[in-house]
Amino acid sequence: MNGGQDLGGVHGLGPIDPETDEPVFHAEWEKRAFALTLAMGFYGQWNIDQGRHARESMHPAKYMTSSYYQIWTEGLTKLMLDTGFVVPGEVHLGRQEVTPRDLHRDPVGADEVAAILAKGGPASRDLDTAPKFKIGHKVRAIRMNPEGHTRLPRYLRGCEGEIVAWHKGHVFPDTNAHGKGENPQHLYTVKFAARELWGTDAPANDCMHADLWESYLVPA
Amino acid sequence: MAHDHNHDHHHHEGEHSELSETALRVKALESLLVEKGYVDPAALDELIETYETRVGPRNGAQVVAKAWSDAGFMEKLRTDATNAIADMGFIGRQGEHMVAAINTEDTHNMVVCTLCSCYPWPVLGLPPVWYKAPPYRSRAVSDPRGVLAEFGVQLPENVGVKVWDSTAEVRYLVVPQRPEGTEGWSEDRLATLVTRNSMIGTGLALTPDEVTS
Repeated sequence: MNGGQDLGGVHGLGPIDPETDEPVFHAEWEKRAFALTLAMGFYGQWNIDQGRHARESMHPAKYMTSSYYQIWTEGLTKLMLDTGFVVPGEVHLGRQEVTPRDLHRDPVGADEVAAILAKGGPASRDLDTAPKFKIGHKVRAIRMNPEGHTRLPRYLRGCEGEIVAWHKGHVFPDTNAHGKGENPQHLYTVKFAARELWGTDAPANDCMHADLWESYLVPA
Repeated sequence: MAHDHNHDHHHHEGEHSELSETALRVKALESLLVEKGYVDPAALDELIETYETRVGPRNGAQVVAKAWSDAGFMEKLRTDATNAIADMGFIGRQGEHMVAAINTEDTHNMVVCTLCSCYPWPVLGLPPVWYKAPPYRSRAVSDPRGVLAEFGVQLPENVGVKVWDSTAEVRYLVVPQRPEGTEGWSEDRLATLVTRNSMIGTGLALTPDEVTS
């Protein structure tokens, strides 16, 4: 979706303002928002792409002016409402009003956390099909403007680049974010010259890379 | 300057009241989720402690220092970063598929996630605020040299900038160039030169002078 999250090339957003000796968290609530998001995600009731889509569905103006853990809190609340973990009145009051979902398991305990984090959630999947492109092939990112989730940013659409790496099969976010299956596709790293993306004022020897799924690409 | 100061002041005041509201919301959310039996507060504490104290850029600095010291490891990092890094014990969430972007005499690498905040957690921990915020995410791809200047990094014109936008589940670790004057240093000592920003690509490794001064 062409939402507030698709920020590549946007102007006027101000200085980067890096902080010296930045702490990992800036407030107690940030720690809790972070941990709640991970802990609720452990139930597997939504996948990483659904999580991203919940966050980017915020109004663009609100997305761009919220801190990242505020965005996470919004996203988590939406996901829990959508999947019936909570109802709106409960979120408002912070108290239980309806019976909890029966998840047939206890919440993850402190002693299980390390193993879950170590396991991670690989996105690679075996594919029977041969890759359409090889390293060195010239490709063009398609033009598209889906209302749903995609990982093809606007600044790359319609531009020509070159395949520089092949990552084999990876879960396709555009369907996975909408509960329409993992539909893995070949994933490639594509190199774009800065001048192809930004025009002749860009330095001649700079380039941008993105990891793009096969259906985002056509031969150039 | 006076104007800037005024601006900052207002900015922080506004942030404060809004953040207090968020703080209350998060508190209410946690009470609710505990009451409903969905989360164990001890597990939340463990998650926080993991990323506050155990998983952070010191991990990545060890990877870089080893690559500087051991040509065989550097080669493995170049061809199979996921397993090279896993062999050092840095595995798991947000580091399942790793690629090393190795700086050279004529190439400087820089990593961004324009679409969200993808970052290699096992080697760098959680991302800094600026990495997740709109100014960096918008300009890292369209004006990387301008971004680098804001971090105090000026590259010679003949050095090409390669930006890596983390649009999939592949995570990138920049391997900065080894500073001169570090011949014979141990891996532990070399690791002290490897800053977080040098592994994102918004900085360079420190020189020996910068560490001792």
